[in-house]
Amino acid sequence: MKIAVCIKRVPDSETRVKIAADGKSLDEAGVKFILNPYDEFAVEEALRRKEQAGAGEVVVIALGPAAAQETIRTALAMGADRGILLQADRLPVDGFEAAKALAAELKNAGFDLILFGKMAIDDSNHQVGPMVAELLDLPCVTTVAHLEIASGKGVAEREIEGGVEVVEFPLPAVLTTDKGLNEPRYPALKGIMAAKKKPLDVKPTALGAGGLEIVALTPPPERPAGKIVGEGAAAVPELVRLLREEAKVL
Amino acid sequence: MSDVLAVLEQRDGVVRKVSHEVVTGARRLADALGGSVDALLLAAGAARGADLLGGFGADKVITLIHAAFGSYAPEGYARVIAERVQTAAGRYGAVVFAASATGKDLAPRVAARLGRPLAQDVTDVGAESGAVTVVRPVYAGKALLQLKIVGSPALLSLRPNVFTPVQRPKAGAQESVAGNGPAGRVVVKQIKAADAGTLDVAEAPIIVSGGRGLKEPANFKVLEQLAAAFGGRAAVGASRAVVDAGWRPHADQVGQTGKTVSPTLYVAVGISGAIQHLAGMRTSKVIVAINKDKDAPIFKVADYGIVGDLFEIVPKLAEEIRKLHG
Repeated sequence: MKIAVCIKRVPDSETRVKIAADGKSLDEAGVKFILNPYDEFAVEEALRRKEQAGAGEVVVIALGPAAAQETIRTALAMGADRGILLQADRLPVDGFEAAKALAAELKNAGFDLILFGKMAIDDSNHQVGPMVAELLDLPCVTTVAHLEIASGKGVAEREIEGGVEVVEFPLPAVLTTDKGLNEPRYPALKGIMAAKKKPLDVKPTALGAGGLEIVALTPPPERPAGKIVGEGAAAVPELVRLLREEAKVL
Repeated sequence: MSDVLAVLEQRDGVVRKVSHEVVTGARRLADALGGSVDALLLAAGAARGADLLGGFGADKVITLIHAAFGSYAPEGYARVIAERVQTAAGRYGAVVFAASATGKDLAPRVAARLGRPLAQDVTDVGAESGAVTVVRPVYAGKALLQLKIVGSPALLSLRPNVFTPVQRPKAGAQESVAGNGPAGRVVVKQIKAADAGTLDVAEAPIIVSGGRGLKEPANFKVLEQLAAAFGGRAAVGASRAVVDAGWRPHADQVGQTGKTVSPTLYVAVGISGAIQHLAGMRTSKVIVAINKDKDAPIFKVADYGIVGDLFEIVPKLAEEIRKLHG
């Protein structure tokens, strides 16, 4: 099994967002960056598939700045075989531009599976995986929470409102992974040491400007100060009254 | 150039409620652009509820009937929607989807086929000198991104529960057309329904969420009883801590690595309020916090708080709510 995993370097989920001076981007000063959490499920799934098959290759591909090499090393430390950085200093806000760059790299490379996290936790674009699939004319299932693959066919489960969709698809295919698919491993010290020696290709990549123009990035509106209604069960009738008469939600 | 195509959803032949919101958002956008709204429903036969959509602002409701379109067929749906937009030769200034499980899967496929950008999970729409503008939360709601979509059509999906359906005293025209062509390689074989009456946290108007303060998985029973007291309008959510501990399914997780929700009422029970959780629920209309620690960060975003033992407060709250509905 030859598997590609497309990963992204994103700000840690505990980041306190500060808007940069241009009013259009994140102030990255002091921000800790991590491997996108949803991509961890994709890396883990690729490793398990390769381990089960007993042979194959797991290639991690990131689109991003030079610093995304660290993100790739994290995936290599988990066990991926080699990495490719499509180096672009500034990612456009338009996910279709990212999809085009990734599709160009993935095209005709002979992957049986191409995995993505279902979305990146920074821009929550939730689109690059299925767009790549369309560009490569490959079948695609998104937000996969359970996966079985046998003899060139896959069955995936994806969560929908009030239920689970069971979806069949042929390989090769593009899948995006959701939480619940697996429990990603932590890189062991041995893996971290080995990762330093694994091949990592850096390819300068030119991205189009895309069709989305940022007008502004703003903090969300502050919520008005709330009030403590009281202590213990005795405060419940007053809470219910406020919800009915003041907030008018009951 | 300025008409809007609203892409609707049905399940088991019944139009989904989120489609009312999509038509409402599409109507708002069409009014800003000075155009009309075509609503497109893909189904295996005439769908129940399609006749109501005119009342939410659809000038025309088109049901495209294909034997394989009873449940979601990703490639077939994407193909026929992209074809319809292309055939309309520039008439559509925007194509609007729901940011639902189906819509978030479908919209990128249509966008790629049309070679157009996509704005997912939008919370506001408008127009500025003919260009569509949107607002979408990023960093799980810790910031709002205002975007102008350059060129046409603009593709966007609307976050559920944000575009409150508005009834209009007008019935839209109904049209039925036959779909053809392949349904695609990706096939939905089955939908395993959750327990009857279970609402998804992403779409529920009321969410009762629990955290580590519940102490053990079995204690979520008190939250389920509170949710039940709201008479089928509430879902039970969970913090990352309890999902990671395996107490609750990941589908219920609210926060940056779970679902971002905007219910009318969010009741946070035994949740301290980690920044990644707050990011996922701060756009709720009204937030109630119940926590034993009066200094918990959750009280900073809550409209109403009660300090104390949740095991006394929550059953009492369920009792009071039942009285209201009784």
